[in-house]
Amino acid sequence: MSFLFRLAARSAWNRRFTLGLMLLAIALSSAMLLGIERIRHEVREGFSQSVSGTDLVVGARTSPVQLMLYAIFRIGGATNNMGWDSAQKLAKNPAVAWTIPLSLGDSHRGFPVLATNGNYFEHFHYGDGQALHLSEGRVFGSVFETVIGAEVAQHLHYKLGDHIVLSHGMGSLHLTDHADKPFTVTGILARTGTPVDRTVHIGLDAMEAIHLDWEGGAPMPGLSIAPALVKKFDLTPKTVTAVLVGLKNRAAVFGVQRDIADDNSEPLMAVLPGVALDELWQVVGVGENALLLVSAMVVIVGLAGLVSAIMASLGERRRELAVLRSVGARPTDIFLLLALEGLAVMLAGVVLGVLLLTLALVALGPFLSAQFGVTLHATLPAAGELQLLLWTIAAGFLASLLPGLRAYRLSLADGLTPRI
Amino acid sequence: MSDAAIALRDISFTWPGQKTPTLALDRFDVQAHEQVFVSGPSGSGKSTLLALIGGIASAQGGSVAILGQGLDALPASRRDRFRVDHIGFIFQQFNLIPYLSILDNVLLPCQFSAYRRERALAQGQDLHAAAHSLLRSLDLAPDLWRRAVTQLSIGQQQRVAAARALIGRPEIVVADEPTSALDSDRQHAFLDLIQHECEQAGASLVFVSHDQRLAERFHRRIALNDINRCASMEDAG
Repeated sequence: MSFLFRLAARSAWNRRFTLGLMLLAIALSSAMLLGIERIRHEVREGFSQSVSGTDLVVGARTSPVQLMLYAIFRIGGATNNMGWDSAQKLAKNPAVAWTIPLSLGDSHRGFPVLATNGNYFEHFHYGDGQALHLSEGRVFGSVFETVIGAEVAQHLHYKLGDHIVLSHGMGSLHLTDHADKPFTVTGILARTGTPVDRTVHIGLDAMEAIHLDWEGGAPMPGLSIAPALVKKFDLTPKTVTAVLVGLKNRAAVFGVQRDIADDNSEPLMAVLPGVALDELWQVVGVGENALLLVSAMVVIVGLAGLVSAIMASLGERRRELAVLRSVGARPTDIFLLLALEGLAVMLAGVVLGVLLLTLALVALGPFLSAQFGVTLHATLPAAGELQLLLWTIAAGFLASLLPGLRAYRLSLADGLTPRI
Repeated sequence: MSDAAIALRDISFTWPGQKTPTLALDRFDVQAHEQVFVSGPSGSGKSTLLALIGGIASAQGGSVAILGQGLDALPASRRDRFRVDHIGFIFQQFNLIPYLSILDNVLLPCQFSAYRRERALAQGQDLHAAAHSLLRSLDLAPDLWRRAVTQLSIGQQQRVAAARALIGRPEIVVADEPTSALDSDRQHAFLDLIQHECEQAGASLVFVSHDQRLAERFHRRIALNDINRCASMEDAG
């Protein structure tokens, strides 16, 4: 048996160029499979950890998924806002520990602008309950000050003291600027890997201030209020987009949720972020599965290539197999010889694939994190990934039986004199 | 009868998927220590005869006995073992495994057969010594042994193949047109060596060739066309 191993190894070494190419193909396809699985995992992880510690998200009645999309992910816009008095009432609810009012709608060079208050920096948590903290500067104090997310700062090369101009509405084309009221960057948040990184934060009063001389989504002609004068106006917001709520006791969550739904003064809804995130993920998850399917196909194509390469080599090896038969190799030995080769290439390919991916992540990890906000760690395969790799190897093992079987049948038919 | 190395009786053999038999003969005998010339052009059933002797195929009718052992009674894996234990093969060409060294090529039968390994060890201090002495007596100088198989000339390759067939002193050596790729001078030189070695080892030699000029060097000549009732007429020359 050990002689067969050595024979298979020597034979493979003799054809190292062809097999090396196959090895590379297997390595690349399994690296791709693993890479996609890892991205999938990280994205899902990041997704479900984009908010934590918040018990309820409250907003005007819409679908829970919709509410999550704009309140947490800052995607799309709210169809309806909720009144400031409702937000105030919520904050005074005895079961409520804290509230974070959120007001959305403006943007800065494609990044969403979020108006909120100091509670945001104190009570908003993400991941496993990590709080936000500033990598530089301080939280906004006076009206025209802003705290920007890490990605905003990195992408637009902003530093403390820079002046930025906000635009009305979301998107990047044909927006009207709030050019008359520039903001000063006073703080930059540390990276979180959540939508916070892509957000420009201002105070609720600032949101009011930049819209003082606006009506119906456009500046009022002939009316312009200088920045210095805004403090003379009442800057209390009339509406907010959503409110994040933290409770004193989590057990009260369903009671508070029902109270909000039953409140007749304004039609509001309260959703549990975890439940809504799961619902949202089911929508996004279809694409994710398609991605995994594509990479599985890449593996299958790689395997087909391996099998056909070994099969093709069989034609040239018939004399060699006949010689082995003449010196006592049984047809099962011939079968093993070929199956071993396929299996070894498969195994080595998968191991090389894992190595390649790890190297790629070490080299490209910071770039991926900066460019796509996906943080991939160069770690050993996790349990789920190992399972995927084992399936790949099992598929490879089955595939490598094919050339083995063909060699077995050839060696039975050829005997000692291959008819070539 | 008891010292017959090869004894085939009333053979009839049809390859799977074919309607007519390829080989049908009453008897084919090779005695111990005998060197037999078998002339077999293509179509004469030569491959089939060798497959039967080697136990690769088994006949539908008749009996094949090698060294008194009836092959028909043995299961396929035992026949594989029996073949390597007692028969050394030399083919027309491409005898050697290209990715093994010359020494490893020679020692191949000892890898698959404990019997051949023991008999080789009885010849020399160790397996390498046994292989070395065979290679030397087949006129292959030590400086050739380290070369890649593909760097040898055809004649040298055939001599390595002969060393492989002879190592561990099998009782029978079957050579299937081993000289057809050699020029006339080298054919005789090769035959000199192999016939001498078979004599030394006490092995029977079955030498298959279509080259009648070599026939007179053997104890006995058998024309396969004459004894095989199924030899195809167009090839039977």
